[in-house]
Amino acid sequence: MKPHRKKRLYMILVILLGVTLSASLAIYALGQNMNLYFTPSQAIVNKAPTDKTLRIGGLVKEGSVKRDSNSLKVNFTLTDHSYEIPVQYTGILPALFREGQGIVAQGKLNVAGVLIADQVLAKHDEKYMPPNISAVREGSE
Amino acid sequence: MWKRLHQFASPKFFYHFSGHLIPWLWGAFAIFLIYGLISGLLFAPPDYQQGDAYRIIYVHVPAASLSLMVFSVMGTMSIIYLIWRIKLADVVATASASIGAWFTFLALVTGAIWGKPMWGTWWIWDARLTSELILLFLYLGVIALRNAMKTPDTAARAVSVLTLVGLVDLPIIHYSVDWWNTLHQKATILKLAKPDIAPSMLYPLLAMMVAFFLYYCALMLMRVRIELLEREKRADWVKNILYPSTNGIGASKD
Repeated sequence: MKPHRKKRLYMILVILLGVTLSASLAIYALGQNMNLYFTPSQAIVNKAPTDKTLRIGGLVKEGSVKRDSNSLKVNFTLTDHSYEIPVQYTGILPALFREGQGIVAQGKLNVAGVLIADQVLAKHDEKYMPPNISAVREGSE
Repeated sequence: MWKRLHQFASPKFFYHFSGHLIPWLWGAFAIFLIYGLISGLLFAPPDYQQGDAYRIIYVHVPAASLSLMVFSVMGTMSIIYLIWRIKLADVVATASASIGAWFTFLALVTGAIWGKPMWGTWWIWDARLTSELILLFLYLGVIALRNAMKTPDTAARAVSVLTLVGLVDLPIIHYSVDWWNTLHQKATILKLAKPDIAPSMLYPLLAMMVAFFLYYCALMLMRVRIELLEREKRADWVKNILYPSTNGIGASKD
């Protein structure tokens, strides 16, 4: 490679290195804020504040969903298998909401440690398969 | 080998070469698109969780992966241009930018349409969605910067550097779902392990990804040809193409 081209190549490497470094520093500075939600463990162990809006992500605990019979109010518990946070929500739930599903709930914790949610979002996993295969798999587990 | 490459990078050679290639690309595109659409929309089974709604994957995933791929092509072309000053590389980058921007836009829109019924929201500021939106702004910035410059040479240098800077967003988009917790799920296909998707759903998806790629190649080459004619309008070979009847100086041959 000719010297002036080699020089340009080094310039490019320096630019790429510099940009990567500054991006990493920016991301490092943002730290925890890059995450969309806290797990129940993070919220409880670190004593999440009661006056701030936050998002809690976890699985809907089996058997915890209680729907109010004459309103849209619903109570359920989010778990990460070590800690649990009860959630209260009034509104229409996403189609994928069900027990065992990954859910992200946004709202404020009250003094009793219940998340009063104003938004409930469903997470779906990266697996795609026909219904009959999933039935076979669940049956074999 | 170097001589071959230099010949390939000559505008005249590339113009004729790509002219022969484009019809084949469109033909292959049609085959993959028809197979992908029919098998994906009609024959692939519904998903165990999402039912038929998951079928938007056949547009969303190819659009999203092409949005990353086109930008990485532009990044490669920028490096080639900055080091060797090969004009064809800059022409390819020019022709790619708006196509890539549309792929990104399509990925964001189909993602929103998919997100509303499944997640419960059109949009959320999680790391994956936000970094993909930044990619759209990078594309728009590249296009705007090129239009803002008067001479093609200064435009090419400035745009190449901006593209280099933008490259840092690509790994962030790809790994965002692994590095942070997001509402967007993790990668299904583009990972080291076996894809987490049933083969009957996977093959149409791969076909659609190939179709989108061929579409990009064909459209990009068509735009490259126009751009070459525009930039080389004073060269004899262009005059021979545009005004074949007026056999002026340096005419004939091709």
